[in-house]
Formats: sequence, structure tokens, C-alpha cells
Amino acid sequence: MIRARGLAKRFGAKRVLVPLDLDVAEGDFLVVTGPNGSGKTTLLRVLAGLVAPSAGEMQVGVDRSELGLLAHEPLVYRELTALENLELFGRLYRVPERRERIGMLLERYGLWDVRHERAASFSRGMAQRLALCRTLLHEPRLLLLDEPFNALDAEGVELLQRELGTLRAERTLVVATHEPERLAPLATSRLALA
Amino acid sequence: MTGLVADSAALARKDLLLELRARETLPAMLLFVVTALVVFHFALPADVSDRAAGGLLWVAIVFTALLGLTRAFVAEREQGLLDALVLTPCDRAAIWIGKALAVLAFLVAAEIVALPAYALFFTDLDAAAIAGVALADLGICSVGTLVAAMAVAGRARELLLPLLFLPLAIPIVVGGVGATVGDDPAKSLAFLALYDAIFAILCFASFEYVVTE
Repeated sequence: MIRARGLAKRFGAKRVLVPLDLDVAEGDFLVVTGPNGSGKTTLLRVLAGLVAPSAGEMQVGVDRSELGLLAHEPLVYRELTALENLELFGRLYRVPERRERIGMLLERYGLWDVRHERAASFSRGMAQRLALCRTLLHEPRLLLLDEPFNALDAEGVELLQRELGTLRAERTLVVATHEPERLAPLATSRLALA
Repeated sequence: MTGLVADSAALARKDLLLELRARETLPAMLLFVVTALVVFHFALPADVSDRAAGGLLWVAIVFTALLGLTRAFVAEREQGLLDALVLTPCDRAAIWIGKALAVLAFLVAAEIVALPAYALFFTDLDAAAIAGVALADLGICSVGTLVAAMAVAGRARELLLPLLFLPLAIPIVVGGVGATVGDDPAKSLAFLALYDAIFAILCFASFEYVVTE
């Protein structure tokens, strides 16, 4: 699914991602760990195609329609409601039976009752749940999750852990986290960035 | 092509909805254009020529558009949403078309107030002048949206946008002034239409490279 050789990224003189080799097979669950500033987010952005690597080669075996990225920011419009956000992205991702899929995700992530409320009024945890809905909306084959447990309450963490357990069986996941112990039972491989 | 039209329409609708709720861009544009015309009205002598007044109308239109363009990608910039849009499988040109349509809607709304105000303060506008404004709007919005997207990625974006946009808007002002007070408005309208066509094609083709690294 992902093959990278000597992948590195610099912003000017600053090296943000040290050269690394990476092999992720279909169905793998790769946990990326490392301290702040070690390049976890940059690696995910490079893999998503949002940032071009400064050096090295990379092949990602999916196109944009099969890739889901959960970033640091929720990547939803604050002035749109939860439903409007998912409607917009569902349309752009050409999600079949969009309404049903959106309704199911909102129910599953506990946002159904607030679906007509603007994302600006959401707590950070609710915004993270909405971001997860947006990420999973088009059922991507490759999921890139950056600190997915960020801001989630205990119930949200439990829900996400259950969800990741289900996704692990049918998707390829690359998860950047500073809490690798949460994902230890699910991980098939681990990459530690220094 | 159907997908491109549907995606562009969905993105434009989203921007109009955001503006309807936030009410930030259009009121600022309206206030600016009306204030500019009022200032011109009182600053200029009563017997100011139509030619001079026509020039001032175009100054007001271009800077009002600049105000709208400055705000065009604010939501995407502040919330990192350009990444989310770029990751969707839709044609990236749809992002440009949707945004340009939204900016066009704001500019036209501002002109619906500004043009009667201009007629009230200075002189009536004929059909050629109105057609000139319409054609100029298309050029302003297509070029301006591309430049606004380029500026979003930069650090000094507030400075970068006018620096990039105003030189590109000079032909629009020349054509617009020609259509408003020139001796051969048809020639100016043809010039504006040609500018629109060339820059629309260029922007359509190049937007993808602006929003991806």
C-alpha cells in the first residue's frame, strides 16, 4: 500500500522529517510515535500528498478518493452545521446513499441530536467526533490519523478504540500518536521518529 | 463535466451560506464602495468631467473587489480547510470556480448599490458601461480568486494579494474605463471579453498547481 525510500522533508534549513524507509502492506496498522516536533504530522501530510517530500521516493497505492486524513484541526467549516459539513464533503467525495451514510455516522459518533448545530458551538471533543465522521464518510481504504484521541472524553476514547478495532480488519491505518499504549493491541507495526 | 459543475455549485453555495451567517464580507464591501463614492462626490468640484468620474468608479470597483478577495479564503486559511478540499476527489478547478462565483456574487451585490449611487452623485451609466462592469467582474473574480489562493499560502498574505492582483487588474481598469467613457466602447468591451477568456482558461488550468505543493 505504501512504499517509501529515503523519504525526508525540510522547510528551508530546518529538517522536519529525517530520511526514513517505510513499507506498509494492505491491512497493516502502523503506529507512528515520537516526541513533539519529530515529524509525525509532516509524515502523514507527505503520505496524504499535501506536502511534497524534499528527498526520497514514495508510492502510495490509493488515489485521493480512497484516502482519509484526520488532521490536528477538525477540517470542518465552523459556520456550517454538522449535517451541512458532512453533506458538503459527502457530495465532493461522491458518497453513494449519502444521507443514510451521514445519518449512520452521526448516530454512531453521538452527534445525531446536534446535527443542526453549527460546528463553532461544538466542544473540542465534539469537533473531533465530527472530524472522524468526515474522515470515515467515504469509507477510505487508507486512513491517516493524526492524534485521533485528541480532546476526546472517556466515552469518545472507548468508542474510537472500538471503531479502530473494527476498521483494522478492513482498512490500512497509519496512526500518529504520543499515546502508543492505547493502540498497542491493534498495531501490526510501529515506527518511532526521533 | 457534470461533476465539475455540481461540485462548483456546491462549493459556491457553501460560501454564500457562510457569508449569510457570518455577514463579514458583503457589509464591508458595501460600506467601502458607498463611502468611496461619497468621498469622491464631495472631494471633486461640481463640474467634474464624466471622464474623470468614470475613472473614479473603476477605482472604487477594483478596491471593493480587493476587499472581497482578501476575505475569500479566510475560512479555509484559519481552519486549514484547503487541505480538506484538496484531498477530495473533485476537480481542483471546482474549488476555484466555486470561490470565484461566490466572490462574483458579493461584487455584483455591492455594485447593485454602487452603480445607482454613482448615477446619483455623478452621471448616468449607459448600457456599454454596465456591460463593461459585468465583463470586468468576470475578469476580476477569475484572476483575483487565483491570486487570493496563492496569497493564502504566503506569510505576508495581506501584502501579497494587492501586490499580485493590482498589476493584473490594470488591463481590466483600462478596458472598463474605455467602455464607460471611451470613444469606442465596443472595442473596450471586446478587449474585456478577450481578457476574461484568456485569464479564465489560464486560471482554470493553473489552479491545481497553486493549491498543491
